[in-house]
Amino acid sequence: MKNKFVKWLSLPYAFWSLAFIIIPLVMVFYFGLTDKTGKFTFANILSISLPVHFKSLLIALLLSFISTVICLLLSYPLAMILSSLNSKNNKLMILIFVLPMWMNFLLRTLAWQTLLENEGVINTILRTIHLPALKIINTPYAIVFGMIYNFLPFMVLPIYNVLCKIDKNLLNAARDLGANEVQTFLKVTLPLSVPGIISGITMVFVPALTTFVISDLLGGSKILLIGNVIEQEFTLNSNWHLGSGLSIVLMLFIIISMIITAIFDKDGEGSAL
Amino acid sequence: MSNKLITLENISKSYDNHLVLDEMNLYIRENEFVTLLGPSGCGKTTTLRIIGGFENPDTGRVVFDGKDITKLPAYKRQLNTVFQKYALFTHMNIAENIAFGLKIKNKSKSYIDDKIKYALKLVNLEGYENRMPDSLSGGQQQRIAIARAIVNEPKVLLLDEPLGALDLKLRQDMQYELIRLKNELGITFIYVTHDQEEALTMSDTIVVMNQGYIQQIGTPEMIYNEPENAFVADFIGDSNIIDSIMIRDELVEILGAKFACVDTGFGENVHVDVVIRPEDIELVSPEEGTISGEVTSLIFKGVHYEMDVMANGFEWLVHSTKMFPVGEKVGIKVDPFNIQIMNKPASEDEEAVQIEE
Repeated sequence: MKNKFVKWLSLPYAFWSLAFIIIPLVMVFYFGLTDKTGKFTFANILSISLPVHFKSLLIALLLSFISTVICLLLSYPLAMILSSLNSKNNKLMILIFVLPMWMNFLLRTLAWQTLLENEGVINTILRTIHLPALKIINTPYAIVFGMIYNFLPFMVLPIYNVLCKIDKNLLNAARDLGANEVQTFLKVTLPLSVPGIISGITMVFVPALTTFVISDLLGGSKILLIGNVIEQEFTLNSNWHLGSGLSIVLMLFIIISMIITAIFDKDGEGSAL
Repeated sequence: MSNKLITLENISKSYDNHLVLDEMNLYIRENEFVTLLGPSGCGKTTTLRIIGGFENPDTGRVVFDGKDITKLPAYKRQLNTVFQKYALFTHMNIAENIAFGLKIKNKSKSYIDDKIKYALKLVNLEGYENRMPDSLSGGQQQRIAIARAIVNEPKVLLLDEPLGALDLKLRQDMQYELIRLKNELGITFIYVTHDQEEALTMSDTIVVMNQGYIQQIGTPEMIYNEPENAFVADFIGDSNIIDSIMIRDELVEILGAKFACVDTGFGENVHVDVVIRPEDIELVSPEEGTISGEVTSLIFKGVHYEMDVMANGFEWLVHSTKMFPVGEKVGIKVDPFNIQIMNKPASEDEEAVQIEE
């Protein structure tokens, strides 16, 4: 009786995942593995080896890697500070931190465009105080900047959560057994926070790798990431077959990166994601 | 007597204007099993944390082995702590947990391996080296926590309610285990608990604390038989605490009846508190008793019967192997040396408090 009820409860989600996850995925694979006449082919997937495609994949990997590393370096100390504050202060700090996430992703990135433009807010200020203007917009720096800004909270929160869960008595125990602050951090805090780091990396690296909006708005369509190439195949060139083929390649890279993180996570008895 | 190993001098500590310890003075001798006993919030855990170096006192000094260690950080102190909830490192196996302190001190691998073997044998968990803490029961985890502390050869082991999370049977077993360990290691144990039975079973010396003050220091027998004030009498075991008048030396008036006692030096016609343990009351026929009354309740407790006797307006708690049914008229008789006379509390802090649980 009860089991039946639970089964019924799962029905809406089952329908959802069928309609919006499984069927689209099947379609991606169908388009990716066929040509315009509907004949089976690997050509779409293999087209990743074309210099223009391959280059866009490499740039995407490089920029998202750099963004992830910088996010991690910024987030860990911040998460440590947040987790050490008393509960009244840290709720406010977290709120301040999460606040930008409540605003639309597109709006935030457009705001950065306005800030970074050649005639934008930052350069106007620099000129008024007679400093040379900076050329940031439409460079890889601007894209990395946008990635870090948009994805930083996704790195901070999992690390913060995992740090909060560490029993303070463990740190006391380490000190009690003769470990100084640095040793306590390296031998207890850091290893225990690995699951948070792993899930933070996954939550930053994957969306950064696949983004096309950030590179579109801040890279000025001059720097093509693999996401932009796929987007253009679908929208400009209307070549769904090639777009799907490249999507499959990108999916492969995401799966590989998740496997790598899962291997690292083994020691941390991962609760990543 | 052996040397004083730890001395606390005028230690005060407050959190957010709430005074937890007030001008506390205490010394602990080498090779002693000292228990800090008291209800929650009495300052016993704070005292332990100050000795361990996890808290700094607002005033006062901590002297260890002749040296002032008040400002010394925890990791430089020659003592180790067994925490209430074990605090084992969940990302390390048992051997790595035990080796933690030794690795930090850069001991050789063979030395560490020997120590791990020795410690696991000492706590009866041989062969557990490669297990993870999560796969152990609470009692086993607690033994590992003890093993992890003692491999560092501390002069003092601090134990913060280490048996609090265990069930009754296991707790009793571990009490004997701890006494055995203490005797085998020959080091000082400072033990914090709110469980008076635990304290009576294990300690050489009990320090009874309440609201930041030490109420009494003494052997378990002294604390139980000769409580210095109503708080101690109430906290340690069951007792009848009665407002009385000391008429003269060796004579006390309890609820209007005169009882012979053995205490002297309180003065004449002085208000005092009298403590009579329930097992020290003899129920006799009404004519034979100093006071007579009526049994109002009767409960079988296994070893003895627990009875309430209403006599002269006071409900006496009586433990006896003889059974008297409810409604029976009985006389109450107490041997003079079983009447413990105490001065009235000088301050509120010594007042008996209602003990939760």
